[in-house]
Amino acid sequence: MTVLDQPDPQAPLAPTRQAAPARELTPQERRFVGWHMIVAISALMVGSLMGPLQAFEYSGVDIYPYIEPIIRSYYQGLTIHGVLNALVWTTFFIVGFTNLTTMRGLQRPLSHPRINKLGFWVMVVGLLTAAVPLLGNAATVLYTFYAPLKASWAFYLGLTLVVVGSWIEGLGFYLTLWAWRKEHRGVRSPFIALGGIINAAMWQIATLGLAVSILTMLLPWSLGIIDAVDPELSRTYFWFTGHPLVYFWLLPAYVSWYGMLPHQAGGKLFSDSLARLSFWMFLLVSVPVGFHHQFVDPGIPQTWKWIHAGLTYSVFFPSTLTAFTVIASLEYAARKRGGTGLIGWVRQLPWTDPSVAAQLLAGILFMFGGIGGLTNASYNLNLVIHNTAWVPGHFHLTVASAVTLSFIGITYWMVPYLMGKKLWGPRVALVQAWVWFVGMIVFSNAMHVLGLLGAPRRTPLGEATYVPEAWNGNLLRVSIGGAILLVAVILYGLVMIRTAFGPKVAPEEVPSVPIAESIRHPQLTPVWLDRFKPWLLGAALLLIIAYGPQLVDQILNMNLNAPGTDFTPW
Amino acid sequence: MGIDPYEKNWMRVSILLLAVFFAIVTIGGFAMGFQVSGVSDEVDPRTLAQSEPWANPGLREVAPGEYEAYVVAQAWTFNPRVLEVPVGSKVTIYVTSSDLQHGFKVTDTNINMQIVPGQVSKLVYTFDTVGEFPYLCTEYCGKGHATMYGTVKVVADSGATNSGENGSTTTVGNSSNGATTEVSR
Repeated sequence: MTVLDQPDPQAPLAPTRQAAPARELTPQERRFVGWHMIVAISALMVGSLMGPLQAFEYSGVDIYPYIEPIIRSYYQGLTIHGVLNALVWTTFFIVGFTNLTTMRGLQRPLSHPRINKLGFWVMVVGLLTAAVPLLGNAATVLYTFYAPLKASWAFYLGLTLVVVGSWIEGLGFYLTLWAWRKEHRGVRSPFIALGGIINAAMWQIATLGLAVSILTMLLPWSLGIIDAVDPELSRTYFWFTGHPLVYFWLLPAYVSWYGMLPHQAGGKLFSDSLARLSFWMFLLVSVPVGFHHQFVDPGIPQTWKWIHAGLTYSVFFPSTLTAFTVIASLEYAARKRGGTGLIGWVRQLPWTDPSVAAQLLAGILFMFGGIGGLTNASYNLNLVIHNTAWVPGHFHLTVASAVTLSFIGITYWMVPYLMGKKLWGPRVALVQAWVWFVGMIVFSNAMHVLGLLGAPRRTPLGEATYVPEAWNGNLLRVSIGGAILLVAVILYGLVMIRTAFGPKVAPEEVPSVPIAESIRHPQLTPVWLDRFKPWLLGAALLLIIAYGPQLVDQILNMNLNAPGTDFTPW
Repeated sequence: MGIDPYEKNWMRVSILLLAVFFAIVTIGGFAMGFQVSGVSDEVDPRTLAQSEPWANPGLREVAPGEYEAYVVAQAWTFNPRVLEVPVGSKVTIYVTSSDLQHGFKVTDTNINMQIVPGQVSKLVYTFDTVGEFPYLCTEYCGKGHATMYGTVKVVADSGATNSGENGSTTTVGNSSNGATTEVSR
């Protein structure tokens, strides 16, 4: 009994232009994607080395005094950890990867490569601008930078430039898709290209909140042009961007899970239509859900919070679609490889391939992350978990596992592909994925439990003055998880460095971009699943309905009356 | 568009599950009193120390067994640090901040509020169990954040020392029982 009992669908009659060999990226194009990856992976390495320091602090092992000249406090380390891992690693990886999926998916060069180059360099300048205050302890405001904690103006300006750079690259993607469509009238856009570009569009809508917050309040305030800010309004702006941000991280992993992983596993994409449907649904409902981060905020009526709770549940729906389609695709692959049984087929997946194993393990952790996410969406349950250690416990299963471990898995074929090399130490890479998996289970489970016991998040609990004995075992488990993860980070660095500095190999030894065919031909996918207009229109409408009234109310009643502290609080 | 019959059922089950969850939190929130905070009041954080009731935060008995608690959060202390109430008291808790964002979470209760300068956070809670319930700052607010907490003391009988004459105001603030660690700025 299996979902795959159906007969193979008829081959379509629609035009196909697949006869010619696939166009691979040129050396220049690979170098351009590679530059994104160098920044991304470097950020991940530095940012991840900060993580274990926080985890060790929980059980009273405070290493910060020993690295004092470089990192001056737990909070500075935590800020660097959050900014580098959650913002820099993700954004640079995603934009680079979307360059690759756009060019390889559409089998054409970027239509305006100079636009993308400009975007990349704007992002780099932004990163360097923000790095100065971050490293100088002048922006120790954590990656949420809640006003009125006042960072150096360079921090806000740098973040803005990173976002603007990503917008410019996004423009390059749209123009390229547009050019491709003119060349291929009536043909469905290839899924991996479309998925990445839908994500870019969603990101542009979502980051409007952050842009408005920084340009109208935080930047002028940090420059001394205005004296004070409206912190509640800045929270609303922040979470307008802050929650869709997690889908911005997630969707490229979904591009790989739907459009690449099935091929790597030896199978096909189960349903092209539903893959697209889930991406369009993310475009539609990713943004108007931000109030679920503000369930216990003052100044926002319960009704709006409740509406966003409902919308947050609805954004869970495309993820359940994804769970079905991705698992069905994997089952199809495993059965083709001789897998049998209701669950037993799982063993027949190519677990020895580090790229596949990393993404499968990421997917397993994401199931738990999803369950925790539903809890977070659940309105009044927020009374139990808001601002507790549960929250970082949750997002280490999502962004730090589902996303980051998938991206790591992708780099296991992509870095060799971009550099014309072979992956160094595939077995080390395989061990790396498992160590990450185990470390994250230990760390994250303990964090969830601590949260339920009432431990606040992002607090140095090793020095906190109110910690009851009941927490100690879990605090220790957080540290143990951190130690295991440190090993995984070092192994990853080793694999990447040895691969990058390894010898060039013959072209046939270099991995190619894995692209999964769909079981049903994409031409059978209805046209409305290939058009931006109806979905963008729907997204705008929903945004106006679900965010408009409360946002307008907060803007009209804006009170710039919170100056913050007259001393540096960190 | 050719949806597999298994997938159709999966979609139905997913939607049903989400609908059930939404119904549960809705009933719990709007009919059973497990409710999050909403809109309360606005204040000017710059003049907080000069405006009542924030100039004299603390506990006030407004009716027999009913209290109002006003708490000011500031880097890095709560004022007051101790709230002592008789068991069974219904307390309306108001919290605001005079400087940065803070958190106010009372351990082992359903009291959890984001504290934002300019806004007053409000929740009503009945303390039915005798004991000490620490309230922790759950939002990063600078280097003293990890030492910022206070305690709700729920005492056995209604003859608690802080219930003054009818309608009078008693402030319990800065007790030595609260956090004593001073963090220098």
